Amino acid sequence: MIEAVPLWLLVVIKSLVLLIIVITLFAYTMLAERKVLGYMQLRVGPNKVGPWGLLQPAADAVKMILKEDLTPNTADPIIYKAAPFISVFAALVAYAVIPFSQGEHGPWSIANVNAGILFVFAITSMGVYGISLAGWASGSKYPLLGSVRATAQMISYELAMTLSVIGVVLQASTTSLSGIVDAQSRLWFIVPQFVGFLIYIITAVAETNRVPFDLVEAESELVAGFHTEYSGLRFGLFFIAEYINMITVSCLATLLFLGGWGGPGAAGHPWLGLLYFVIKVFAFLFFYIWLRGTLPRLRYDRLMAFGWKVLLPLATLNLLVTAIVVALWY
Amino acid sequence: MNIGAIFKGLATTFGFMLRRKATIDYPFVKRAHAPRFHGLHELRRYADGKERCIGCELCQIACPANAITVVGAENTPDDRKSPGERYAFRYEIDELRCIFCGMCEEACPTDAITLTPRFEMADYRRSAFIYDKTRLLVPAEAGVGQAADERPGGIPGDLGEVAREKSTVDPQKGYGATWRGGEILTSKGKTYMPTSAGGELLRGPRTRKGGE
Repeated sequence: MIEAVPLWLLVVIKSLVLLIIVITLFAYTMLAERKVLGYMQLRVGPNKVGPWGLLQPAADAVKMILKEDLTPNTADPIIYKAAPFISVFAALVAYAVIPFSQGEHGPWSIANVNAGILFVFAITSMGVYGISLAGWASGSKYPLLGSVRATAQMISYELAMTLSVIGVVLQASTTSLSGIVDAQSRLWFIVPQFVGFLIYIITAVAETNRVPFDLVEAESELVAGFHTEYSGLRFGLFFIAEYINMITVSCLATLLFLGGWGGPGAAGHPWLGLLYFVIKVFAFLFFYIWLRGTLPRLRYDRLMAFGWKVLLPLATLNLLVTAIVVALWY
Repeated sequence: MNIGAIFKGLATTFGFMLRRKATIDYPFVKRAHAPRFHGLHELRRYADGKERCIGCELCQIACPANAITVVGAENTPDDRKSPGERYAFRYEIDELRCIFCGMCEEACPTDAITLTPRFEMADYRRSAFIYDKTRLLVPAEAGVGQAADERPGGIPGDLGEVAREKSTVDPQKGYGATWRGGEILTSKGKTYMPTSAGGELLRGPRTRKGGE
């Protein structure tokens, strides 16, 4: 049946389905965040729209769409309007190569790229453009400061992140995401690459600009950081991009360190594998929200010092040790 | 950087997540008020149904926010509104000006004006906050109203049962903010309060019908 459908149509259908799933997932991640944060603060979170507040994302979306779309006089209109789309684009394109489970005909993904991990990092790095252009094109001081911080922070932490991932790539001796998962069939990489895993989750929080590394949006200092001037749907797009990035890094953490769709009885049962995958991703998402409910924001100089003086040397050391071990014993 | 502190913090927030929540499901469950809570005013009556207010305007003079307007008029022998010589022909309180200090209550020589624990006065129009006599006066069939220091246990009679848990009030059995006995006319799910103008819309649909 699949052979009868032209490839391009298959890709389009897969993309649309995945887009809908990811956007829905974003909406409910946001709701889950509000709920969990509420519970951690002895509140109950949104619970009035629909049963247990389950329709809250729809209400939020309607509110966002109906709001006025403002462009400041001092803004550079074209770049200002394009920036949110760059952010969302970069956030969404990563899903083109992320596999979610393993079926009979190969991994469940839009495209099974053999350099998947490189593609994901290349694309998510583009998200910096969205943020830095948004801040610069707003023609206002707080967005500019926010975006300068964002750019510096994301570039700094991306180094350590990439180095921590290279350890995994060395050990799996492939850059294909499904290949990395297959290499973990006996032992998840969280065990041999524990330092890499720690570095990865810390840098992932910084990459997605979330608490405690949310200096980009630091409300108490920068109003709302790079998206201060944005309103309505354009603000919503940044919001979508942030949460989708959060889901992306959770997916990657699952694929790289937690054995992806692997788990008891998952071999030969793609749907069970998918379930394992989703559970692992949700565990990561919960961890992110948990962090947000717990930690205060870092001071900016400490953030930079931590990135360059702790994480980067540690990641380099980890890579070095991994390389030696892999060269000698594999 | 103190790593231990991070884990301690994470444990704390996780523990809080499992704790009982402090939130009260507000519009559906209400919290009991402090004994002498200062909320919306009411004008009380005597047991024979006559108004306590004698139109002396002392509340108007005492009011630090100039929120009260009283226009007194003489009682006529065949239509006695109050036991005294005069009664309040007009009695208006602008609840937006009011600071709920209770000076009117203290100034009143006949204990006519009191502050009730009713606090839900929200409306979309400023004009709706000018409460005239028809809305302030306790309806004759609803009793005489209660003086602040006569409230049993600090909670007025029409507050209804107080739920034991979380010390809240069940509004199904309890009270509405502007509810005055049987004065509310409910038609097409909207709640109206009869005024001199005849049926002014006070608020949108409510789940609760005005009971006895």
